[in-house]
Amino acid sequence: MTLTVTDLSVTRGALPVLSGVSFAIVPGEALILRGPNGIGKTTLLRTVAGLQPAYAGSIAGAEDQIAYAAHADGLKPTLSTRENLKFWAQIFGVKDVTHRVSEALADFDLETLADRPAANLSAGQKRRLGLARLGVTGRPIWIMDEPTVSLDTSSVQRFAEVVQNHLQSGGSAMIATHIDLGLSGTELDLTSYKTAPQQLDDFDGAFL
Amino acid sequence: MSFWEYANPRKFLTTSERVLPLVWGLAAITTLVGLVWGFFFTPDDFRMGSTVKIIFLHVPSALMAINAWFMMLLASIIWIVRRHHVSALAAKAAAPVGAIMTVIALVTGAIWGQPMWGTWWEWDPRLTSFLVLFLFYLGYIALWEAIEDPDTAADLTSILCLVGSVFAVLSRYAVLFWNQGLHQGASLSLDKEENIADVFSNPLYVCMVGFALLFLALVLYRTGTEIRLRRMKALIARERLEG
Amino acid sequence: MIALLYRDLQLAFRAGGGFGLGLAFFLIVVVLVPFAVGPQSELLARIAPGVLWIGALLACLLSLDRVLALDWEDGSLDLLATAPLPLEAIVTMKSCAHWITTALPLVVISPLLGVLLHLPGGGYLWLVISLLLGTPALSVIGTFGAALTVGLKRGGLLLSLLVLPLYVPTLIFGAEVARRGAAGLAVETPLLMLAGISAASLAVLPFASAAVLRINLR
Repeated sequence: MTLTVTDLSVTRGALPVLSGVSFAIVPGEALILRGPNGIGKTTLLRTVAGLQPAYAGSIAGAEDQIAYAAHADGLKPTLSTRENLKFWAQIFGVKDVTHRVSEALADFDLETLADRPAANLSAGQKRRLGLARLGVTGRPIWIMDEPTVSLDTSSVQRFAEVVQNHLQSGGSAMIATHIDLGLSGTELDLTSYKTAPQQLDDFDGAFL
Repeated sequence: MSFWEYANPRKFLTTSERVLPLVWGLAAITTLVGLVWGFFFTPDDFRMGSTVKIIFLHVPSALMAINAWFMMLLASIIWIVRRHHVSALAAKAAAPVGAIMTVIALVTGAIWGQPMWGTWWEWDPRLTSFLVLFLFYLGYIALWEAIEDPDTAADLTSILCLVGSVFAVLSRYAVLFWNQGLHQGASLSLDKEENIADVFSNPLYVCMVGFALLFLALVLYRTGTEIRLRRMKALIARERLEG
Repeated sequence: MIALLYRDLQLAFRAGGGFGLGLAFFLIVVVLVPFAVGPQSELLARIAPGVLWIGALLACLLSLDRVLALDWEDGSLDLLATAPLPLEAIVTMKSCAHWITTALPLVVISPLLGVLLHLPGGGYLWLVISLLLGTPALSVIGTFGAALTVGLKRGGLLLSLLVLPLYVPTLIFGAEVARRGAAGLAVETPLLMLAGISAASLAVLPFASAAVLRINLR
């Protein structure tokens, strides 16, 4: 399933930050978002993930295809690593829950931590668990916002491999990151899409 | 020319500024005429004596307390359906006015109730309903105040207004069921043979019109202020974005 | 859907989940009332249904800020919103979990506390029935309030201010059933009204809560 974004404008706090963003992500490819802090990477990702409405433009092929990983991992401290993953697998309604969970645990080298409560994990381990969650959703398009924060070098390597495997098996990904993961795909620099200050128009736009 | 043209903030501001002096003037004149007529040129009631005259404050404020909520409900629906900012801001502007009208109705009612029923407060259905209405106003205003993003605040408060309206009506029936009450029936109604005497009703009508005009003037004025405030915030946000 | 409910229950029952807090609060309120109004048993018997209803209502209110706020803070709510479940189902399950972990224990313990307040013999059955019928409405309305205030830093007090007026009809009919039951009067009308409010709230409010949550997630 190809994700096609056409002429998308996104807003943050009712102000347009990016406009005219267009791209397509075909299966097997990753799109790497670049751009300085505050340019609107998170806003764009949230909009594509369907968490906030687009100001203008269209997004096709995203409906029920997206697994989203944000800064917060959505982990419950009193549940064990395995229970956390199992919960998300069930919520996303995948068929072979147990298999998927153990696969995801292996992918991110979490097997030895499987029965430990998430509260006792280190920041990097939590991050790995949060990323492992993407695998149990069964969704083809992974949208990730700064996924490598607090990961060590070997974990970043491992993460890049997992994403590469995901791409090879027909998935796709959209990643906002500052480091080079060596993935097959295109880069998109958002700087050129920054919304120019509009002329104040007369109607309700007078507020923007 | 379409009515929706006034949903344009600029058009709203210029028009309301032109109309406002007239509305203020009319409101002041009618309210004054109504109150002076009512207070000094009506006879004392044979049962209630001169206490009856508080009716000229009590009934119009109670009327506006309820109508202000209706206006907010309508404005909220317009915001949800058509997303005109002015509509949301008008609802925001009307809430404190409505709340004050509710307080006036409650206080004048208490002052009237003391000599008539021998008590400042009675858990009578009408009084209780107004108290509950006041609580709804408080919640609505507090929600507006608590949320920073103006569009989010407008969305959330309008949904609260919708849900609140249903529960306000439910409370009204619940309260009626809970206590049958002391309060007299409506003093004025169109389908009743026996209304209060013309000597009272005529100045009362004038007062009601006066309060309605006063409400209109206050809401127009406050909406203008809210529009300016909103615009100022938007300009500051733009500046931050560009800077 | 069941997985979500199961997880919420699991979280509530594990350490730090706050299960039992509402119950303890309910107990304390009921114990404090006789200190405030005096120990005369006739007086306590007369006000018992109302006190028990108010106590249950406040205990429900106390735990509302946990319904959605925790999931909001750790980002689960964002992730749930991208899941195949509609938000309406999510908020319904959240209300359900709140009801099971907070309201149901209150209903179960209420006859015991009725003994403390000298509730007349005929009142126990109707007290339990009225709480059983009324508390679902309290949970659903409360979830709506929690959804409204979910993104706010000091939402707790505002939540009470928003939710308490919405609780008025439920409280009136619920306490009326308990009161009439205790006095041996006919309870049909308020009972039906109470059931009606609960059913209508359950049917309609999840949509309002989901709409509000969608706005707050933006």
